[in-house]
Amino acid sequence: MAERDVVITVRDLVKSFRDDAGREVRVLDGVSLDVRRGETLVIMGGSGCGKSTLLNCLIGEYAINSGRILYQTKNMRQPADITTLADAELNEIRKRFGILFQSGALFNSLTLAENVALPLEEHSNVDPAVIEFVVTMKLQQVKMLAHRDKMPAQLSGGQKKRAGLARATALDPEILFYDEPSAGLDPVTSAAIDELMMDLSKKLLVTSVVVTHEMDSAFRIADRMVMLDRGRVLRVGPRQEFEALRDARPEDVSGDADRLINQFLNGYGSGPLTDAEGLSEFEKLIGVT
Amino acid sequence: MSEAPAGKDSRGWPARAAVESVGRTAHRQGRRVHGQFAYAGGLAALLGTTARWCYRGLCIPGVKFRRQALAAQVVRVGLRAVPIVALVQVFIGVILALQMAPTLQSYGQLERIADVVGIAIVRELGPLITAIVLSGFAGASIAAEIGAMVEAEEIKALRAHALDPLHFLVMPRFVATVLAMVALCVIANAVGVCGGFLTSLLVLDLPAATYIDFTREALQLKDYLTGLGKAGVFGVLISMIACHEGLHVTGGAVGVGRATTATVVKCIVALIGTDALFTAVFYAWGI
Repeated sequence: MAERDVVITVRDLVKSFRDDAGREVRVLDGVSLDVRRGETLVIMGGSGCGKSTLLNCLIGEYAINSGRILYQTKNMRQPADITTLADAELNEIRKRFGILFQSGALFNSLTLAENVALPLEEHSNVDPAVIEFVVTMKLQQVKMLAHRDKMPAQLSGGQKKRAGLARATALDPEILFYDEPSAGLDPVTSAAIDELMMDLSKKLLVTSVVVTHEMDSAFRIADRMVMLDRGRVLRVGPRQEFEALRDARPEDVSGDADRLINQFLNGYGSGPLTDAEGLSEFEKLIGVT
Repeated sequence: MSEAPAGKDSRGWPARAAVESVGRTAHRQGRRVHGQFAYAGGLAALLGTTARWCYRGLCIPGVKFRRQALAAQVVRVGLRAVPIVALVQVFIGVILALQMAPTLQSYGQLERIADVVGIAIVRELGPLITAIVLSGFAGASIAAEIGAMVEAEEIKALRAHALDPLHFLVMPRFVATVLAMVALCVIANAVGVCGGFLTSLLVLDLPAATYIDFTREALQLKDYLTGLGKAGVFGVLISMIACHEGLHVTGGAVGVGRATTATVVKCIVALIGTDALFTAVFYAWGI
């Protein structure tokens, strides 16, 4: 893999938080992965495995304890480590990516059109007529043009996600991050959002990083997948690898990590992920003595 | 330190238990003091960054001062608070006049009621009562609004779009609260003195011309300036505490409620403490 084909390089990422008692809880424990240009990478794992924390680290929201997060976007001569950048430099990189938050995170005091226009008004000096044109185009792309003058409170969950996607793509980003795009949506709306994401990826030629625990959605959109558990990467690979693991019978799967992934992908109630015995096996796997 | 014999814990050794208790108390108090210093530091940092955004907005071309957002906040924080501030100050004027009347009458100095009402309101009660009303009226609302935005990931979304929430949200609220506090203080002074004037005229039978003359004589420029200066500082305190509480909300709707309450309580304590400090300094300097 040529270095320029990798947009984001994560190496040995460690992130801890302090709990109420002041104890250090390590949420990400040496995560390393690459995000390749133009691909859709799905990061998955159970609740509390660290996938949202990883996303927050990738977008520069959390300061990390150690490790590196390198961005190599277009027009950059060399990769920039966002963990060492000052706010102003980090903001320059942030202008090159868009994010769809779990709740849509639309600004409630602005209309839909104003939400989409905001990044353009703040980060470009283009004419208001051009901004108006771009807003119309972006809302059209997500099929929300009819709702342009509505306030976010007047929209359904699925509509908020669509509108959030329009805002995320307002500056024509190179990378799109999605935080649980299907969470809280019915299966039909969820499938529609997935199709929209795939459509945008093709049309805008963006790299997508999707955090989700919705397996149907993950297998629909992913080129490659990452399985996280307790802050560690269990496996990174193409979707087909994970499909094979999902379709295998539990007794045919060897290796603790793969058994755990098999249980997660199939949603089995018992297995190494949930069994008391299995948990200690997992602890052995991650080196807990 | 001598070891307790096997089988005996510290409860068996009164002196050691006392030392441990003192140590635990000192540790707890130390953490509390540390927390208060950290809070004060957080407020100072917030004020510094907000002031820097104000400077950049006014002096650096290309950096927006957000006049539209500022105007919206002035309406919300200032204009909408006028009726409640005026109502409270009228009552303050009436209360002052009626409370002081018997004492001044016993000295044969009833007309001095104009001095008392004028100085008390312009120097002290105008800015302080207005600030306390505003901390409940606007401070709580700012904290709740920003807190709800934190919970709805709107603040995170701002940062993700390379927009600084301090520039986008805090700066307009800060400037609006300071301007509104000063403007409301002018209104409060006028309305409060009018309350005293009407009470003197209608209840105490003091001639209008006498009241006005005594008020004019009693109030000097320094009285107006010290009152308005305090009002500005109170505006800084209210906006900074409210924004700080809002930005640090955790724990969903309960957290937003907690931040709202904390804003009002902290504002009132900070306002009265700062007012006492100002009064002491002005007294020492003979202002």
